Amino acid sequence: MAGVIDTAEAAEVKKVVDNSISKIALIGNPNCGKSSLFNQLTGLNQKVGNFPGVTVDKKTGISQLTPQHKAQVIDLPGTYSLYPKSLDEKVIIDLLYNKKSDLYPDVLIITVDASNLKRNLLLFTQLADLEIPAVLGLNMMDVAETHGVKINLKQLQEDLGVPVIPLNARNGIGVAALKIVTSQPLDKPERKFFQIPEELMVLVRQIRYYFELKNDYLALQYAHQYKKLSFLSEADKDYIADLLQKYQFKSNALQASETIERYTVINELLLDSVQVTRAESNEKFSNKLDQVLTHKVWGYLIFFTVLFMLFQAIFAWAQYPMDLIDQGIANLNSWIQGRFDGPLVNLLTEGVLAGLGGVFMFIPQIAILFAFIAILEETGYMARVTFMMDKIMRKFGLNGKSIVPLISGVACAVPAVMAARNIDNWKDRMITIFVTPLMSCSARIPVYTVLIALVVPEKYYFGFLNLQGIILMGLYLFGFIAAVGSAWAMKKILKARERSYFIMEFPVYKMPRWKNVGITIVEKVKAFVFEAGKVIIAISVILWVLASYGPGNNLERVEQKVRQEAVIKNLSEAETNNLVASQKLEASYAGIFGRAIEPAIRPLGFDWKIGIALLTSFAAREVFVGTISTIYSVGEEENIGTIKEKLMAEKDEFGQPFFTPARAFSLLIYYVLAMQCMSTLAVVYRETRSWKWPVMQLFYMSGLAYLCSYIVFQVFK
Amino acid sequence: MKKGQRSVRDLKIGEKGTICCLTDPEMSLKLLEMGCIPGTEVKLNSKAPLGCPVTIIVNDYTLSLRLDEAATIVLK
Repeated sequence: MAGVIDTAEAAEVKKVVDNSISKIALIGNPNCGKSSLFNQLTGLNQKVGNFPGVTVDKKTGISQLTPQHKAQVIDLPGTYSLYPKSLDEKVIIDLLYNKKSDLYPDVLIITVDASNLKRNLLLFTQLADLEIPAVLGLNMMDVAETHGVKINLKQLQEDLGVPVIPLNARNGIGVAALKIVTSQPLDKPERKFFQIPEELMVLVRQIRYYFELKNDYLALQYAHQYKKLSFLSEADKDYIADLLQKYQFKSNALQASETIERYTVINELLLDSVQVTRAESNEKFSNKLDQVLTHKVWGYLIFFTVLFMLFQAIFAWAQYPMDLIDQGIANLNSWIQGRFDGPLVNLLTEGVLAGLGGVFMFIPQIAILFAFIAILEETGYMARVTFMMDKIMRKFGLNGKSIVPLISGVACAVPAVMAARNIDNWKDRMITIFVTPLMSCSARIPVYTVLIALVVPEKYYFGFLNLQGIILMGLYLFGFIAAVGSAWAMKKILKARERSYFIMEFPVYKMPRWKNVGITIVEKVKAFVFEAGKVIIAISVILWVLASYGPGNNLERVEQKVRQEAVIKNLSEAETNNLVASQKLEASYAGIFGRAIEPAIRPLGFDWKIGIALLTSFAAREVFVGTISTIYSVGEEENIGTIKEKLMAEKDEFGQPFFTPARAFSLLIYYVLAMQCMSTLAVVYRETRSWKWPVMQLFYMSGLAYLCSYIVFQVFK
Repeated sequence: MKKGQRSVRDLKIGEKGTICCLTDPEMSLKLLEMGCIPGTEVKLNSKAPLGCPVTIIVNDYTLSLRLDEAATIVLK
């Protein structure tokens, strides 16, 4: 049996060499410089896909190892061992234990942090026992040196039984050597590091032969983790479960004793090859810096300054490029409309191009936010943020890291939801994504300003406290309370899929690697444009059709009628056009929709005109103002003063002003809470990889909005 | 945990101790993997401004963890 497997393997190795495109998997602890190495190996030749069922990105790339030899490299999530603690880490065993997987690697590049060899080698020894051909990339040699760690490479290579390549992935030192070694046909590792206890062998061998596995340790791993392996059938799992019961297999205790035994072996091994002469200057420096940066006063002060800058950047700095994009799309549209005519041209300009503009519009904010986040992560400051905020945020079911998405949400929920990716724990991440859109974003400001100007008098208290300003702040505060309250409720409802740990490495401060920052930005923008972008364009085309077409030739008839009336009433050209636009919108599918939902929104104080605006502003909340101006035939010029006059002149069926404070506040509260943003839904879909979350969010937020608006209107009317 | 036994939770900042055993079976694996092996020396390095989480130094590197997690690392 064993002989058969060996020949098959030999044939496979040969095939790989002939084919000259082999599969390499990069694996290592978190913070060991694996991503830097991946970037060095593949450059911008990266593709981001997804592993089924988890939110972790699957990053693959092509690396030219030698002029003749290309390889596909896959970057696996960072992990400390082969016993996964989070859903994301589970991906690793699913891939490495299944020879039939498309991504099953021919070679592993195991990256370790040379300055912390002992802990990093734990994963190495487990991987070596799986007998997959491997190279050890001994990374961060420079850091090890400053820490006074001296490594005898020859001895280490001999002890570990695999090629050892010293690296400094930050500046690419050693990467060429690594590529050459990896392109050679490699043998499976020579050494075994863990002796499976004798009493387990009967069980292990049964599993091994049943599944035709190539070694005992893999069989033992099946025994430990069969529940987590998605490629096993239910029957297979039952088979293993029965065996385990029969032999009274104590998984937890065995995993612990295995880990302790591996550490014993590693300690002995390192006595030979590693010498440490203490030089902790770097750590001392980090510790000193921490005394200020995590200080109970300075720490928070500095953190809020950083947050404030981040907020300013996505709020104010992004405005210039956003205006440019807006202007560019508008110019392109008028250029096309000036030269061509017809319904298809309108579809292209007002539907597709406008949607495309809506997608591109987010790029500056996403780029700036992720530049910040990448720098915070790279320097090690993010770990301090989590450290300082954890206790407070945990009370609300959030995580220390949730603070960044929440604050960014005040500018825009789209990049903010993407920023939640940095939260490792599944439950914490989902709660953060779920509540972030409740924070009042910048797109709500136009809605707030118009409605506040309409019903709140410009009154001053103590000479400087503006009443309108106070109301505006109140709305922001209300959104924040809704977000935190919802998080707290979800903490109680949502079942954790994994235990929440805080145990994590506390990295020393480092200078950011700018190449990594750049690649992060490109990657995030690409992910948004290509994945969320599709949904946004599709919805914006649908919304455009709804607002520009009506059943039969209704729209043309309306236009003719209005133009005839205009002649009789002697209206000016502009007034006529405004009236035409208003009447056409009323006759369109959007208008029909507005009338259809009127009974449902009447208890909130809304009429069909607001109904139309609710539908169209689903594209983006600020569209509310544009739609309202069209409906009340204000014209294209969206001057708040003019809109205000028109709205004030609006009368209800009893001849009283329509926009009473009760109505306006009900509408304001609705916009604070409702999920009125297709781009957010699209990005939540992309981040959670399922429609379940965005749909739940849509119903929850809109339901909450409906309820609160109802209460406000009924109480104040 | 027996009475009178101390855990990492009880250390003062800068104080050292030697790990005796880990009490939470599920969490102990995670701690073992991170290098908290019985017999290893730990030092409480710092506390967050609100007293939790804390950082400890074990095997020459810094680890951060919550107080209730630190309480499962019993000292000799």
